[in-house]
Amino acid sequence: MDIHEYQAKEILAEYGVKIPEGDLAYSPEQAIQRTHEIGGDIWAVKAQIHSGARGKAGGIKLCRTHDEIETAAEHLLGRRLVTHQTGAAGKVCGRLYVEAGTDIEKELYFCFLVDRSSESIVMVGSAQGGMEIEELAETNPEAITKIYIDPAVGILDFQARTMAFALGLAATQISAAVKLIRGCYHAIRDLDANMLEINPLVVTKTGELLALDAKMGFDDNALFRQHMVAELRDKTQEDPREMAASDRGLSYVGLDGDIGCMINGAGLAMATMDMIKLAGGEPANFLDVGGGASPERTEKAFRLVLADKKVKAMLVNIFAGINRCDWIAEGVVHAVNKIDMKVPLIVRLSGTNVEEGRKIIVESGLPILTADTLAEAAELAVKVRNEQVAKETQGIV
Amino acid sequence: MAILIDNSTRIIVQGFTGKIGSFHAQDMINYGSNVVGGITPGKGGQVHLNRPVFNSTKEAVEQVGAEASIIFVPPAFAADSIMEAAEAGIKYCVAITDGIPTQDMMKVKQYLRGFPKNERMVLTGPNCAGTISPGKSMLGIMPGHIYQAGNVGVVGRSGTLGYEAADQMKRLNIGISTSVGIGGDPINGSSHRDIMQKFEVDAETKIVLMIGEIGGPQEIEAGIFAKEHMNKPVVAYIAGLTAPKGRRMGHAGAIISSVGESAAEKVAILRDLGVTIAPTPAAMGQTVAEMLAKM
Repeated sequence: MDIHEYQAKEILAEYGVKIPEGDLAYSPEQAIQRTHEIGGDIWAVKAQIHSGARGKAGGIKLCRTHDEIETAAEHLLGRRLVTHQTGAAGKVCGRLYVEAGTDIEKELYFCFLVDRSSESIVMVGSAQGGMEIEELAETNPEAITKIYIDPAVGILDFQARTMAFALGLAATQISAAVKLIRGCYHAIRDLDANMLEINPLVVTKTGELLALDAKMGFDDNALFRQHMVAELRDKTQEDPREMAASDRGLSYVGLDGDIGCMINGAGLAMATMDMIKLAGGEPANFLDVGGGASPERTEKAFRLVLADKKVKAMLVNIFAGINRCDWIAEGVVHAVNKIDMKVPLIVRLSGTNVEEGRKIIVESGLPILTADTLAEAAELAVKVRNEQVAKETQGIV
Repeated sequence: MAILIDNSTRIIVQGFTGKIGSFHAQDMINYGSNVVGGITPGKGGQVHLNRPVFNSTKEAVEQVGAEASIIFVPPAFAADSIMEAAEAGIKYCVAITDGIPTQDMMKVKQYLRGFPKNERMVLTGPNCAGTISPGKSMLGIMPGHIYQAGNVGVVGRSGTLGYEAADQMKRLNIGISTSVGIGGDPINGSSHRDIMQKFEVDAETKIVLMIGEIGGPQEIEAGIFAKEHMNKPVVAYIAGLTAPKGRRMGHAGAIISSVGESAAEKVAILRDLGVTIAPTPAAMGQTVAEMLAKM
């Protein structure tokens, strides 16, 4: 789960990290009001969306007058911003963060993240801030310092100092840096975050260390014990279909193709999508219905897949282990009877009680196509998808 | 003996009396696995599925000589159960539980590293289908009947995709020595490489099928191990060709977050390391068959 910049900054401030003065605004008037509260003569108006690279997408405006604040706020509120992280659909900006302008001496990069290779939290820093770390890793890997934290011991002062020196900080700034680094580490540990990034971390003209931007991501599996974090969820930043799916206990990811999928198991789902692509088609979605797919759950999954109007054919691929093919078949028949399907449906069942499952499909008399193997299923799905597209262009359907 | 489990391996079930634990314990018993009891703290002394229930794993080790355990404990308590098993002297543990917090797994791995290597419990999972040595023992939740006994060692992250592979092989009359699910989480007990190390020295395994997916470094680490330390041939399939960057595809670990983690990149690197690639998920069985025919 991701949160907004202003939320991450509130958390960091609680952990002793210094941030520029700022506050939230939901309207241009409120944005102007904020500048009075903050004071100064230059402010940043920042679109709050769940994405990095907002600056390049025009989501951050530096303003010197109230007119500029008003124009920036009117421009950004309600706007759909597209960055390379949001995908083509972009994300709608519903709130702004108005922040005091900062006199920047130097921009640095700093983050903590859960590292899969070392199975620990790693601290990453670079004296070359401002750009994205992937870019830096490619162009200048020597400029990046990584320090691994022993999970049993936690962060040690000498590690924090090593990082502070690697960031090129002056001797007078080291103790402030150690405090900041320790604060960030405790935030990631206490709150079950898997990522905490400050980019840029800046040194001001007066020598102060400030988190100019902040990003945090959290472990979904730990939200059950992080109620404060769970409260920070902003559903407007999530794909409505994916949200609807997760509320129903299904795992769904919308994609750009037109062959809808319902599969059990994440690995088999990815493999089936691969097979569709290799057969010349494009999947419309990833959907893992999981184990124990009851008729109600199957119907919900069908509705979710078919809510995507791009879908020209639907493929169901179930390898029953805990599931049983006859239950799945009953669920499919139930769903098709309840939903007015306008596109062809292909069902491939395998595993426990496969014969009974197939019998139920055949005896239902419904126009359901069946396949024996994964390859057959994918090829058939692409074939009937092409026929469906041809029919639609000829205006038959 | 096959790797990890055998006919005689004495198995206990942690989370024995719960609905899911009971269901799968019965299924394992029906398959012929040597289930000697289970753990449910507070229900010690009771009898469940004709087998004794214990309050702690330690008691089960002491009283019925438990060697392997399978965990069905809910995510909030599962890490604790894994560490309890390690401390009690269990040699091999399968964690089925899906949804364990990543930082809990970090703690588990650190705890396990605290044991000397020869006394350290082997953990596979969490979020996996378990391990099966067909015809001998099943320590998992898979449909046992789709696995034929033979000489192919299978290691994979996904449950149902592993079933698909077993089914394809069975249709070609190819059997499996042991199939190990390592699970779909970002931090897991054993990596592809750890399991391949075991297959390399296993007399019953002639060839290894690795079923990987997008995200993380483990498939490539296994490929490097295969090139440097293995004599047995390795066939691999990597799922997730169509997965976009930065999106989590079901499994917590199935997310492309850095360079080299996409399916296409992993396939290219593995090929360079001398691993034979199954070009499609429908060709896993066929690719193994061709490799076996050459031997």
